[in-house]
Amino acid sequence: MRTGKGHLSPDWAPPATIPCDPKPARAGGLQTTGLPMTNAVSFSSVSRHFGTVRAVDDVDLSIAEGEFFAMLGPSGSGKTTCLRLIAGFEQPTSGHIEIFGTKVENVPPYRRNVNTVFQDYALFPHMNIIDNVAYGLMIQGMGKAERHKAANEALELVALPGYGDRRPGQLSGGQRQRVALARALVNKPRVLLLDEPLGALDLKLREQMQEELKTLQRKLGITFVFVTHDQGEALSMADRVAVFNNGKIQQVGSPQDIYQRPQSRFVADFVGSSNVLEPAFVKQLTGKDACASLRPEAIRFVQSDGHLATVTGSSYLGGTTRVGLALGDMRINALIPADQAVPENGSLVHISWQENELHLMEDAQ
Amino acid sequence: MTAASPVTETAQGTAILPGQGGWTGSLSDTFWRNPKLLLILMLTPPVLWLGIIYLGSLFALLAQSFFSIDEFSGMVQYELTLKTYGELFRPANLDIIIRTVSMAAIVTVAAACVAFPIAYFAARYARGKWKAVFYIGVMLPLWSSYLVKVYAWKLILAKEGILTWIFAKLHLTWLLEAWLAIPIIGGYSLSVSYTGTFLVFLYVWLPFMVLPVQAALERVPGSYIEASGDLGATPGQTFRHVIFPLALPGIVAGSIFTFSLTLGDYIIPQIVGSSRLFIGQAVYAQQGTAGNIPLAAAFTVVPIVIMGFYLWGAKRMGAFDAI
Amino acid sequence: MRSDGKHRAPFALKAAAGLGLAFMHLPIALIFVYAFTTEDKSYQWPPPGFTLKWLEVTWNRPDVWEALKLSLQVATISTVIAMVLGTLCAAAVSRTKFFGRETISLLVILPIALPGIITGIALRSAFSIAEIPFSFWTIILGHATFCVVVVYNNAVARFRRTSGSLVEASMDLGANSFQTFRHVILPNIGTALLAGGMLAFALSFDEVIVTTFTAGQQSTLPIWMLEELVRPRQRPVTNVVAMVVVLVTVLPILAAYYLTRDGDQVAGSGK
Repeated sequence: MRTGKGHLSPDWAPPATIPCDPKPARAGGLQTTGLPMTNAVSFSSVSRHFGTVRAVDDVDLSIAEGEFFAMLGPSGSGKTTCLRLIAGFEQPTSGHIEIFGTKVENVPPYRRNVNTVFQDYALFPHMNIIDNVAYGLMIQGMGKAERHKAANEALELVALPGYGDRRPGQLSGGQRQRVALARALVNKPRVLLLDEPLGALDLKLREQMQEELKTLQRKLGITFVFVTHDQGEALSMADRVAVFNNGKIQQVGSPQDIYQRPQSRFVADFVGSSNVLEPAFVKQLTGKDACASLRPEAIRFVQSDGHLATVTGSSYLGGTTRVGLALGDMRINALIPADQAVPENGSLVHISWQENELHLMEDAQ
Repeated sequence: MTAASPVTETAQGTAILPGQGGWTGSLSDTFWRNPKLLLILMLTPPVLWLGIIYLGSLFALLAQSFFSIDEFSGMVQYELTLKTYGELFRPANLDIIIRTVSMAAIVTVAAACVAFPIAYFAARYARGKWKAVFYIGVMLPLWSSYLVKVYAWKLILAKEGILTWIFAKLHLTWLLEAWLAIPIIGGYSLSVSYTGTFLVFLYVWLPFMVLPVQAALERVPGSYIEASGDLGATPGQTFRHVIFPLALPGIVAGSIFTFSLTLGDYIIPQIVGSSRLFIGQAVYAQQGTAGNIPLAAAFTVVPIVIMGFYLWGAKRMGAFDAI
Repeated sequence: MRSDGKHRAPFALKAAAGLGLAFMHLPIALIFVYAFTTEDKSYQWPPPGFTLKWLEVTWNRPDVWEALKLSLQVATISTVIAMVLGTLCAAAVSRTKFFGRETISLLVILPIALPGIITGIALRSAFSIAEIPFSFWTIILGHATFCVVVVYNNAVARFRRTSGSLVEASMDLGANSFQTFRHVILPNIGTALLAGGMLAFALSFDEVIVTTFTAGQQSTLPIWMLEELVRPRQRPVTNVVAMVVVLVTVLPILAAYYLTRDGDQVAGSGK
């Protein structure tokens, strides 16, 4: 938090049961002592069709309790619809959704212990900040003094103490985002949904908020599910990432899995800038008829004994230089440290890589 | 969930909250599960009201236009016939229709000419406070009492009224007299001439033209006009080739109002104008003193049909986006 | 269209716009002068003298009071009905896409799009077919019908501007449909409804064309004025009534403007 611990009441100390281990938890999710491991959210064969459009198409998914889970994909890939299905704004056309083991098909959004931070924040323009944050508590019937106290604490949590009297229109985008967060968290949801939460912020603020969200999630131990189209955001914040395309999940895994071992061409293309090697070429190397991914930074220039490639261009990126190469019919990129000499355009070079850097993709689409 | 505990106390509550708000809560759950039920409940009162009271009356009226009246007894004969529609084509009735449609057309053209500068100025030059002044300046006459406006013109056009006085002060009485001497449009005084009727129609319906034209002009980016000038067009050419075509849907939208309202009005020609009838007066007279409901109904079909064609044409010109 | 401020309006345009506005306002201003004239037989200009006598004469006319009272009652009840029906319709049309919503919009707009005389005569003949005697409620039936559209237009415009995610946010935070309506929807569309209601009131208070067909022997203020216009009895009283009517209608219109000036048009095209 920006304000540091000084502002926080003793209650804000991270609960002992939630490990603060910076290493992301794997598929199993964080385990809370004394409780059996639970899935916070699980989808079984969930589809959501709008007319002939299959926004979500037969998705199976489980999100562990306490996990920071990202849904990544291009627009129209079904990730936001999945979020709305969890929140209850959409109903599955088929399949079942469970939240903490309870089927929620017939549960309206206002009876789900799940809260959302909306993409446009959706702060109520006719209320001041404190009433916005206290809205959920007011609906529960909590007294005014009590709910304002809780709302003020939540505002402190998001580093906006003393902003209660302002109107949403008087705040900056970043501040509104924090208010939206406080308004959701004050209800102590078991799952917090974030729809492109940082999309409207500028780069610097976005990076800062990424850090803060991560810290906050660890501290509260609430399951966070967030939707983004920014792969950098997904990789840097999430414990696990699901990559969506055309209403289907292409791959679920830790950021390292997704980035280093993409299982499909789509994931390789969409997440990072991996080179995709064609089956014909891969067959020569490994004997297997499949596509393979190769990260640009894994490619090294060698004197001899490598594959012959032609340099097609280069661009200086600051810390590194990207070199475009023609390897047979394929166009690939290599990243080399900026202080290394850049081979001339049109020259023939030998390139090589460690064998374990080449990842076969199960799905060759 | 006990809400009073601090935010950070890890959520271990249930995933599903108990229903809230008693019977309203359960009703709300029902609506959530059947969104159509809520929609039907919301639509039923207005659709019943408008459907039964309004459409029902309208169809009842139109149905009567297919009956006829017995010329001897004056009683309505409830047999389907087109005889009543045939009566519309009697020279006297045809005159009424032509007179009304011509007046509506002239009023519409004049309203467009007078409204355009106001709308153009308000859209392109008026800023801040002046924008509000122009907006209210159009809204107030639009919404203020129709009868009072007509009455005001009765005062203005009277033989001893302010207009005669102004002409006298300007030593232009001869001009006014010459105008009144012209057959058809002239008369004993302005308040009993077609000129007077025209002026009142123009006045009363003008705001209906200004608003849509202004709305259409507001949507023309100023850069178009600069681009046209930049490409060498004179202001006149810019107006003809850029501004006017873009404002046209607004003008057509406004003309829907001026045309339709003139077609159906029966009070203005009754109070200011000659004794010759307009469609509205004919309808009023047929259903009232003459007691000929079928003919009155047939007369009302005339503006409906004319407006039907007019709206169809306007829709093709994209005028509905400008309303 | 936005000007960048460098360009000044040409003089001819300014003059035409100014004259146009004057043309729209001077006749109404004239009413205020005539209300105080000493001349009681003709519309003589300039007035030979000014007096406050006609205010007092009008004040003591029971027929004017009766008509005013009826008009206010009719306008109030019609407005309430129109607000309920118009809001329901607007909510249904703007919240959900359903088969036939274009038809619903057309149905709401039709009573005002067709000339008033058609609505009037249609209602009258329906009353006579159904053998409903003219009463206070027959006037209401007509007025509420054409007032719905004003409320509807204002409410639809505001619904369109109110982000749909506000409703979702409210439900997300635990509020059921009714709580969401009370705490989020109503405060957001409230001013638009109020504005629509005021315009509906002004519209009903002023209506004469439909009313002549649905009122029978009853006399609303506009009907009273119409009779004075057709068969003048006491012109100075008419002048004073006209002035009062202008004042009574201007106030709600100005109020409606201030309630909706941040973006909505005051459904002017809906009259």
